[in-house]
Amino acid sequence: MAVSLPEKGRIMSLENRIAEIIVSRLNVKPDEVTGSANLKDDLGADSLDMVDLMMDLEDTFNLKISDEEGNNLQTVGSVVEFLKSKGIEA
Amino acid sequence: MADKRVVITGLGVLSPIGNSASQAWENAIAGKSGITRLSLVDPELFSSQIAGEVKDFDPVELLGAKETRRNDRYTQLAIVAARQAWADSGLSEASIDPERVGVVIGSGVGGLGTYEEQHTIALERGPGRISSLFVPMMISNMAAGQVAIEINAKGPNFATVTACASSTHAIASSVDAIRLGRAEVMVAGGSEAPLTLMSIGGFCSMKALCTSFNDEPEKASRPFDRDRSGFVIAEGACILILEELEHAKARGANIIAEVCGVGMSCDAHHITAPAPGGEGCARAMVMAMNDAGMNAEDVDYINAHGTSTQLNDINETEAIKTALGKHAAEVMVSSTKSVHGHMLGATGGMEIMLTALALKNGIVPPTSTHMIPGEGCDLDYVPGTARKADIQCALSNSLGFGGHNACIALRKYKGDS
Repeated sequence: MAVSLPEKGRIMSLENRIAEIIVSRLNVKPDEVTGSANLKDDLGADSLDMVDLMMDLEDTFNLKISDEEGNNLQTVGSVVEFLKSKGIEA
Repeated sequence: MADKRVVITGLGVLSPIGNSASQAWENAIAGKSGITRLSLVDPELFSSQIAGEVKDFDPVELLGAKETRRNDRYTQLAIVAARQAWADSGLSEASIDPERVGVVIGSGVGGLGTYEEQHTIALERGPGRISSLFVPMMISNMAAGQVAIEINAKGPNFATVTACASSTHAIASSVDAIRLGRAEVMVAGGSEAPLTLMSIGGFCSMKALCTSFNDEPEKASRPFDRDRSGFVIAEGACILILEELEHAKARGANIIAEVCGVGMSCDAHHITAPAPGGEGCARAMVMAMNDAGMNAEDVDYINAHGTSTQLNDINETEAIKTALGKHAAEVMVSSTKSVHGHMLGATGGMEIMLTALALKNGIVPPTSTHMIPGEGCDLDYVPGTARKADIQCALSNSLGFGGHNACIALRKYKGDS
């Protein structure tokens, strides 16, 4: 299947692409974005950040995330699992 | 109950002529213009291609990337100016009850830049793509809200919206709050970031902006001058710390000047043109003088609204003659818009700050660009150069589209009296 390359021309794993989006949206350091990091409690996202973060993921990976699905995305790891479950690989 | 007196104990500013009170003051008295060719938007889009821009302002460095992203430029400017004023006042070190500190910050257009960006996104990609931060970033009260978060101010808090008089009304309301005993300290002023497509374009469509000095920006804002042809749009924020006098004295505050009178009126005449003869402005000035216990002969200096438009400058001249009678011929009148341009909702705060410093320092800033008086403009506009003068009493006028007139009276503070 076709792999869409990120803008900078590097080949990145799904995890790294998600981490880049989180770093940009939440203004945190890359090494804070671990699989178990909680988006609100550890990375400081408030309710407005969460809405915009979901929008960023929808735009980047070309999918729709329902409000209910979004509410279940508490940790970085859960975001990765969710996207994989939607058939996103990289 | 003895009447409470209100003094200014801190100043903070980001403006076309400087990013601190001392820098702005030095440039105002030197007549050093901050008006340049537009760079924040493409000047080629407009008939007026000049503006007063804040220079060397890096919000990411001052506020961090997250707060920069979450705040319109108008709020970014307000937070940084308020932080400066708060530190200048020494209140950041003092122990003060946060519930007795209020904030009033005016703005003419608030988060208009954010509105334009998000509107474009909505049109191109649908309303589902509007940022969740759009509403809080755009609304015109958010600067007041964010400043309160920044300095932990839990007292009365709101925004005043009266176009070009917004920050003067903010200061007037804050004086009222202190006099009524609602707070001991009020963080008051205005902020405006109007250098956007819609704002500049809109003012150009109204033929309000100067279009004849695109090649000589520093000469464009020429209040009361024969060759004036419109105002120069500008951005910035100016915040004053207003404090109840006894509270200021008890903590050994540095007192810059006293705010001793407030006057407000409405023209009830036209949405943009001032009432003929400036009668509304005259009433606001007389109200401020009466509130301050000043007679016409006591007024040494007036910082005029002086926008450099045909209509404002002649009508304001007539207003001064009505309010001061024959003393109008002796009073010094200047418009510092000659160097900083028209900062719209922030301009009142800027001009009240410069008036306070004029009283403190005994120097009157000039109307730097004034060369040949316009017809009917025959007062002493302090042309060209600053003037040393031991002034005691001053007025500052702000007149907004919609006929909103506000006048603040200030007195030199001379210690216990």
